[in-house]
Amino acid sequence: MNPLASLSHLAAEAPRRALLLLGLMVAVLAVAPVMLDRYLLSVFFLIFWFATVGQAWNIMMGFCGQLSLGHALYVGLGGYIGALLWVKFGISPAIALLPAVLVAAAFGAAIGWLGFRFGIEGVYFALLTIAFAEVTRIGFDNWSFVGGAAGFFIPVSQVASPINLRGGPVLFYYVALAMMVVAFVVCALLRRSKLGHAWLAVREDAEAARALGIDVFRAKMAAVIVSSAMTAVAGVVYAFYQNNLFPSQTFDIARSIEMILAPIIGGLGTLFGPILGAFILTPLGQMLIALVEKIAGRAIPGVNLVFYGAALMVIIWYAPNGVWPWLKKKLGIPEGRE
Amino acid sequence: MSVLLDVRGVTKRFRGLTAVDNVSLTVEEGEIFAVIGPNGAGKTTLFNMIAGVMKPDTGSITFAGERADGIAPHELCRRGLARTFQIVRPFPELTVLENATIGAMMRAPDMEAARAHAGEVLRQLDLWERRDAKAKSLTLPDRKRLECARALATGPRLLLLDEVMAGLRPTEVDRIVAILREINRSGVTILLIEHVMRATMALAGRIHVLHHGATIAEGTPEEVTRHPKVLESYLGAEAL
Repeated sequence: MNPLASLSHLAAEAPRRALLLLGLMVAVLAVAPVMLDRYLLSVFFLIFWFATVGQAWNIMMGFCGQLSLGHALYVGLGGYIGALLWVKFGISPAIALLPAVLVAAAFGAAIGWLGFRFGIEGVYFALLTIAFAEVTRIGFDNWSFVGGAAGFFIPVSQVASPINLRGGPVLFYYVALAMMVVAFVVCALLRRSKLGHAWLAVREDAEAARALGIDVFRAKMAAVIVSSAMTAVAGVVYAFYQNNLFPSQTFDIARSIEMILAPIIGGLGTLFGPILGAFILTPLGQMLIALVEKIAGRAIPGVNLVFYGAALMVIIWYAPNGVWPWLKKKLGIPEGRE
Repeated sequence: MSVLLDVRGVTKRFRGLTAVDNVSLTVEEGEIFAVIGPNGAGKTTLFNMIAGVMKPDTGSITFAGERADGIAPHELCRRGLARTFQIVRPFPELTVLENATIGAMMRAPDMEAARAHAGEVLRQLDLWERRDAKAKSLTLPDRKRLECARALATGPRLLLLDEVMAGLRPTEVDRIVAILREINRSGVTILLIEHVMRATMALAGRIHVLHHGATIAEGTPEEVTRHPKVLESYLGAEAL
C-alpha cells in the first residue's frame, strides 16, 4: 500500500472527535508563537524536540523491545555532520540531512548487527549502545578537524535563512513542531504496518514471532535503522539551534537518558506517550532550572535531572505503564486503540 | 496421497543422553498423524527438530519435497509448516485479534487482508467474541486455542501441534478435537504430539509411539493400543 493511501486510511479509522481534537491542538500550537516570548519559545522548542527523539527511541524500545541507552550517539552524529558540512563546505543543512541520516543509520546498523547477530540481548545490548556512544565521544574529543574537546561552533548569522536553519526562536519553534508532527505520523503509519506488527511480535516474544514466519533479525535491524535515522534529523536541528557542539555534552550518557524519559513516563510503545511525556517533563524541568537559578543566584547543573528521577519514581508508582495508558483508561478509550 | 513430511533416521544427542534415536516417520498430505509416548520419550525433541528449532545430529527431514532440517523456523513457516508451543506463548500485551493478525500477515497482501483472515480463523476457533481482550487475560483453554489460531492463520500445509490438549478439562478436549477435525477437513495436514491418549485415539489416523527416544510401534489407533510394547511402556509390564 502506498503511504498516501495508508495515510487516508489512518485518518478514516481514527474517531472523528479524536482527529478534531488533534487538529485543534496542532492549530493552537501553530498560532501560539504570537503570544510567546523568547523564553517560552525555547521551552516549546525543547518540548517538541524531546517528543521527536522520544518517538524515535520508542520505535526501538516501545515497539521492538530493544533497549538503547546510547541514542545521544545519533543526535551527535547528525549534529556534527550538519554543522561540519555547513561551516566547512557551505552545504545547507537541508541537504546535509541526507548524509546525516545515512551515517547515523549506518552506525545503528553496525550496532544492531553486532548485537542481534551474536545474540547480545537486553541489558548487554544496552551496554553495547552505551559503549558505541562513549567510543564515538572519545573519538570526537580527539579529532582536531572538528574542534576536539574545545568544541565546534556554527557562526551566528544576522541574515535569517530558514532553509539553512539560520534564524530566531520562532523559526526553530516551527521546525521542531513540524518535526514532532512528522515523527508522530511516521510512527502511526509504521505502527499499523506489517513491519510495526512484526516489531510488536518481536517485543512480546521473539521465539513465537519466529514461528509465525517473522524474520526476527531483520525486524530488529529495521527498528534500529529507522530509529537512528529519525534521531539524526533531530540531531541536525539541535546543533543549529545550539550553534555549538561539545563531544562531552553531545554524546554524553546523561543526554541519552534524558531522551528516553519522555516516552517512558508518557507510555512505552504508545504513539501519544512520547509527546505527552515531553509536555509534562520538559516544562517542569525548565521551570525548576529557572527557579533554582532565582533562589541560588546561579544555575546548578543537573538539577532538572534530579527532578526527572523523582518524576520517574512517582509515575512508576502510580501509573507503571505511563501516563497515556492511565489517561486512556480515565477517558474510557478501549484498549488496543490509540 | 503424497508424502508431505518425511523424517528419516533422525538422531539427537544431548551429551551422553540420546533423546531421539534413529526415528523415521512419514506424514501423508491430508492426514492427522500423532506422535505419542510417555514423559521423556523424546517427543518434544523430535518436534523441535521438525520445527527447525534444533538440527538433528544425523538423519534428514524433508518437507514438501525440500530438505527442511537446519532451516530457520521463520523460513519453514513461509514454506507452510506452522507450529504451536507446548507452554503457550501468546503475545500477552496484544489483543487476541492482533495475535492472530500477526500470524496472518505473512501471506496477506496488506494489513487489511491479514485482519480479515485473522477474523475468519478466530471464528473457526471460537475466539471471535474475545477478539478485543488482551491475550494475557485469557483462560488456559482460550490460550491454547489462540495458539492454534495464530499458527493456523499463517496458512500452513502442515500444522504441528505440541500437546495442545494437555491441562484441559474433558469438555475442552472434546471442543478442540472437533475444531481440529474441522481444520483437517479444510485441507490442513496435522501432526500432533500428545500425551492425552483418549483424544489422540479419537483424532489420529495413524499413531507413532516413542519410548526412550526410539520407535516402538506405528499404526492405526487399534493396532497401536494392542501392541505389547506399547502396553508395557504405558501401563508397566505387570499389566500384560
